Amino acid sequence: MNYRLILLSLMILGGTTLNLKAQTYQDAENHPCLKCHSNQTYSFFNSVKNKEEKRLMNPYFILDTVAMTHGVHKQFDCTDCHSYEYGTYPHQANLKLEPLSSCLDCHGGDESFASYQFEKIESEFKKSVHYKVYGENFTCSKCHSQHTYVATARTSSNVLEIVDYSNKMCLSCHNDMKRYKLVSGHENPKLVKIHDWLPNQELHFSHVRCIECHTEVVDSLMVSHNILSKDKALRKCVECHSANSRLKASLYKYQNLQKRAENGDLNTVLANESYVIGSHQSPFLKLVSIIIFLLTLAGILIHSVFRIIKKK
Amino acid sequence: MTTTEKLYFYPVWLRIWHGFNALGILTLIITGISMQSSVESSQVLGFNMIVNLHNMAGILVALSYFVFFFGNLFTPNGKFYIVKPKGFLKRPIKQAYYYAWGMFHGMTAPYPLSEKRKFNPLQKYSYIIVMYLVVPVVIITGIALLFPEIIIDKVYTFSGVFVTAVFHSAMGFFISIFLLVHLYIASIGKSPLDNFKSMITGWHQTH
Repeated sequence: MNYRLILLSLMILGGTTLNLKAQTYQDAENHPCLKCHSNQTYSFFNSVKNKEEKRLMNPYFILDTVAMTHGVHKQFDCTDCHSYEYGTYPHQANLKLEPLSSCLDCHGGDESFASYQFEKIESEFKKSVHYKVYGENFTCSKCHSQHTYVATARTSSNVLEIVDYSNKMCLSCHNDMKRYKLVSGHENPKLVKIHDWLPNQELHFSHVRCIECHTEVVDSLMVSHNILSKDKALRKCVECHSANSRLKASLYKYQNLQKRAENGDLNTVLANESYVIGSHQSPFLKLVSIIIFLLTLAGILIHSVFRIIKKK
Repeated sequence: MTTTEKLYFYPVWLRIWHGFNALGILTLIITGISMQSSVESSQVLGFNMIVNLHNMAGILVALSYFVFFFGNLFTPNGKFYIVKPKGFLKRPIKQAYYYAWGMFHGMTAPYPLSEKRKFNPLQKYSYIIVMYLVVPVVIITGIALLFPEIIIDKVYTFSGVFVTAVFHSAMGFFISIFLLVHLYIASIGKSPLDNFKSMITGWHQTH
């Protein structure tokens, strides 16, 4: 609780200078942190050697300032979360050991974020394979970069964009040997190879999210966070390829809810982006085809009856 | 009036093609419906297996279509598919009238089959529509769906794959309706099984 109070007071303090600092990411060149952390190299005056030096920036500490200006935390400045003592260079070594606030520190228990259900997300996440393998060290930011994150699944109207954004989160580790090994302790399996069994692999990868098969769908959550271990991944085609497609409760959930609120036809939403064999059952076409089929049968039946009566 | 004449209507290549095509189309209809509804198909054959079967049958039927197409182009069988402008609408209507009313009221078949006429007008029209319009559309959309990357991304606001798939299934449905009617009309003959026998032996009996 104490920690939260400190954080809150820091935020209020930060807030007073917010207007001055806001959007400074756009002017990275003149930003005290980003002038170094948005570049491949940085220069500083080495007071020990008494000369100007230019060095390579650690690639993991280079920030995408363009993405930052669109991220959900764009109104915050670096020192709203990181210690203001980072303002000096070389940075003090012990700063690295200080805990950073976690997502729940700000978002937990906050009414304005209630619809995101951060607590529920946390409890679901704690059942996931990520938590089991890496415990508390597996922070939200492992997937959701706090610097650049955009809630695409809620804001984008383009399903392909949602898919791409979500899958890139997974691939940032699962397709990266170093990052994957950091968490799992072993090399990452080759994704194309382990998904060999999946027909039209490329199409699936670009049209549905990894989490469609690799999570347990929870109705009350927008995006399921219980990532399952690979032996529990879904391998049954009809789970998605059916009238009662699982995708309606996962990938298309947001649009689904929106459309339902507008009393719209869900099929148009699905049809706009892609085609899923089995789940595109246009009620209109289905009705028309049933009517045509029944009329044909009736015609045949009546004709046969007359043939029998007239012995033709 | 009752002289019976035997006509060799169906050459061997045509009968083999017809049988093969029939099996293929049946497989496609069953697997197609099963994919589209996909409700419990997994309990008999896995969805993946159904899709593979549909793809394979589709390729075979598409290839066999060329046998039909070139067979009609290069053998005398093609002449039965030529439509004369004279009585373009009158002739099939007359045949339909015969099926719906005339045949029960002592009318004789208006277009009895002969060496020169293998199909009655209604039959001819429906075969032309199915074989030269609907089946090619199903084949083309089917090939497109086999290689979805070649389909244009968007048709207005709809996914290109979606539009192609709707066309494919609608035309496929049309073929299934054709099949039903085709089988039923085939039972109208000297005896209900007569025409089916002809399609195996090649000989058609007129009377």
